[in-house]
Amino acid sequence: MTRRSIHRTTFGILLPAILSLAVGCQHKSAPTINFFPQSNEVAGWTKAPEVRTFTPDLLYTYIDGDAEKYIKAGVRSVSTADYKFKDQVQVVVDVYTMSNPEGAKAIFDSEPAMGALIPSYLGHEDDARLFLQSLIFRKGPYLVRMVAYQESPEIAQAMFDLGLAMEKKLSR
Amino acid sequence: MKNGNGKNRREFLKECALGVLVAGTARFSFADANVNRVNAVGAKSKVVIARDPSLYGASATPDPARVRKLLDQAIQNFAESSDPITPWKKLVHPGEVVGLKVNTIAGPGLSTHVVLVEAICERLKQAGVKPSNIVVWDRTNEELERAGFTLSHDPNRVRILGTDSKDVGYDENVLMFGSAKSRLSNLLTRVCDCMINVPILKHHGGAGVTLAMKNMYGVNDNPNKLHANNCCPGVADLNMLPPIRNKFRFVVADAMTGCFEGGPRFAPQYAWRYNGIMVASDPVAIDFTGWQIIERKRAERGLKSLSQVGIPPKYIAVAADAQHRLGTDDPNRIALVEV
Repeated sequence: MTRRSIHRTTFGILLPAILSLAVGCQHKSAPTINFFPQSNEVAGWTKAPEVRTFTPDLLYTYIDGDAEKYIKAGVRSVSTADYKFKDQVQVVVDVYTMSNPEGAKAIFDSEPAMGALIPSYLGHEDDARLFLQSLIFRKGPYLVRMVAYQESPEIAQAMFDLGLAMEKKLSR
Repeated sequence: MKNGNGKNRREFLKECALGVLVAGTARFSFADANVNRVNAVGAKSKVVIARDPSLYGASATPDPARVRKLLDQAIQNFAESSDPITPWKKLVHPGEVVGLKVNTIAGPGLSTHVVLVEAICERLKQAGVKPSNIVVWDRTNEELERAGFTLSHDPNRVRILGTDSKDVGYDENVLMFGSAKSRLSNLLTRVCDCMINVPILKHHGGAGVTLAMKNMYGVNDNPNKLHANNCCPGVADLNMLPPIRNKFRFVVADAMTGCFEGGPRFAPQYAWRYNGIMVASDPVAIDFTGWQIIERKRAERGLKSLSQVGIPPKYIAVAADAQHRLGTDDPNRIALVEV
């Protein structure tokens, strides 16, 4: 799949779906939620059993100095899980639970949208950006980040599908 | 401690310093001589960048043969040597335990490549260092494994392990310099005689840039305490702690894939293939050089400079100041060679 065809696919098929990511409920607090779809809950995806969770004081052990930015924005915890798509593409999914939606927005807005297949939809309460190898979206006080460690023509679409499943869980 | 040439460490260092003073300019000079070199009149710190546009080819990973060749090019040029082994023989000595401090916090996408570490280990062995005297290490076993390293505690082979390994941990002594008040990994303080710093070229959301000096945040027990004010003077102060300052020998920086935004974690959309290996014995000079590379890439991609977005890597200048003297950030005193 060429970059251009990915663009076409993205805008033609995924646009309505990604807009749905941008409309969601607002969380006043950050309850403990099983954020992560299980293996085969989304087609092609396998989840590793372990979920690692980091509190603000130990966040640096996961993301080094980037932790400061999240702490300033009010992070409460970060949970991360490893996935594989079709047993080939390794993907790490992080869920940053912030104190409020403003914290998630602050982080989201701080990152350049350059190269995004679907750029930020300003004006919506929640937002999402899909890149060739990563997806980031926010949902209420949650910021979700997926990173693929291998290139694959299918991975952008696949991460988007996984993102939709997570968005539903975060909306509950 | 006697080295392989029958000289003790003091004699060896003295020899290095004298060699630099005599040479006067950016001549080959390893082993803690960076401090002496930058203070010598007319001396320059040499930074070599070797690049190969075909390093990855059509693959997602760099070609091992090309990585080995690139490493040889870089270090031979640095040392002005006609063969790839002699520089390593000057850098380390057979009786020494050599630590390779890698950077693996960002996982497989943006960590020191295993293939580069393997190439360095191969050259060290050819230079007479026993496999059992080579220790590849970082903060945790988990990070090493996630970055693709296979842990090894076998005392007869190259050891690959994290500070969090059983029976390793952090030194009981708390060391202090300025803002740095830390315990350092026993792998550095008690296991290794010298350290080759093998960092990766990255943007850093707090410090601005992370390359050689910032990689030492994987050595101490409390890196989170040193991130304030763009990690300044935290980075410079940490690098002043005696085990780091005295055991640091050389930098072989992995600049095959770098990132110009979103660091230190891996964000594929902000990563690019620079296809390079950088070497230097001056950690400040190589950090300054790496900073310029990242700034150029940011400008090329239409991003504001690190200063404009509030994260100037000001620790680099502090590391070069009169209180630290860890190297030079003066471009007029850096001999940059690109091959």
